[in-house]
Amino acid sequence: MLGLGVDRLQADINRLLTSLFHQGVLDEQFLQLQQLQDDTSPTFVYDVINIYFDESDKLLRNLRLLLMDREFSDYKKIGLHLNQLVGSSSSIGARRVRNVCVAFRSASELSNRPGCLRGLEVVEHEYHYLKNMMHEIFQLEQQRLLAAGARYPM
Amino acid sequence: MGMVTESQFHVLAVDDSLFDRKMIERLLQKSSCQVTTVDSGSKALEFLGLSENYCMPGMTGYDLLKKVKESAAFKSIPVVIMSSENVPARISRCLEEGAEEFFLKPVKLADLTKLKPHMMKTKLKNQKLEEIVKPDGNEENAVLIPEIKEDSSVIEILPLHQELESEQLEQTLSSNKRKSMEEAISTDRSRPKYNDITTSV
Repeated sequence: MLGLGVDRLQADINRLLTSLFHQGVLDEQFLQLQQLQDDTSPTFVYDVINIYFDESDKLLRNLRLLLMDREFSDYKKIGLHLNQLVGSSSSIGARRVRNVCVAFRSASELSNRPGCLRGLEVVEHEYHYLKNMMHEIFQLEQQRLLAAGARYPM
Repeated sequence: MGMVTESQFHVLAVDDSLFDRKMIERLLQKSSCQVTTVDSGSKALEFLGLSENYCMPGMTGYDLLKKVKESAAFKSIPVVIMSSENVPARISRCLEEGAEEFFLKPVKLADLTKLKPHMMKTKLKNQKLEEIVKPDGNEENAVLIPEIKEDSSVIEILPLHQELESEQLEQTLSSNKRKSMEEAISTDRSRPKYNDITTSV
């Protein structure tokens, strides 16, 4: 019974990941991330993606604060935040988030405020979708580990 | 964890982003390098033993690259630039400033093999420090390679994209936890396991 639980959970995880790849939410860089995980760093993917979310949450909050400010004019700062988001998103294989950040950045380079606000909304949408998906995957993985741990060696 | 053998290269990664530090650290560890990460240019200079005069407010990775290349002790150290943008003009500027290599983000494990020839070169010269640095916004990340000890090789990796001091960013991203994490200089010891995965949104 426990064995079935582990297999089912693994299948669920695989299905979710496959779906994300098909949607273009994730790209092959995510596989690179998995390659970096091993016995000496067994929770690397989980750790680094959580750091990504932690930093990106703040960057997005700052972007919103900047743009909501009626007297806003610091497009360069927006650009700097977006550079970081583009780099880190591409580094975890978050292709769609990366692409919408690039689009947002183009608007900021033209000092286009409405364009920036739209860009931010799109980024927030893609980002939260990714985040929800990853949290679901992490929860399944946690359950899988627990189920696998309950197995007794033969 | 990991024995520091005579031939193991020690890499100094300088980046104000914890995410980038974590990524490059892991990539380097997987490439059999010993890694030290710092979150600012001033800490990097401190680590290298360069004097206070070298420090300037709002120093970018590009500035740090120049300073290292200007220093007698470290100028022969290989530098690698990192960026998420493929802008030939900016890349050339860094290469002209003395950077030896360029990494385009997202950096893959295979990219790290580009360091090998420089490691071999510095090994022969008995200088083995490589520095990975991230210079200022809209630029590339530069990687420097200064010397730390006779029998160790260090590589410095610098990011070009943002200011290493990054004070403005720090103010808006204020969080005690994050700050204390950034202050920490990590080594390549294995990390503690996270057994209870709490998803914090």
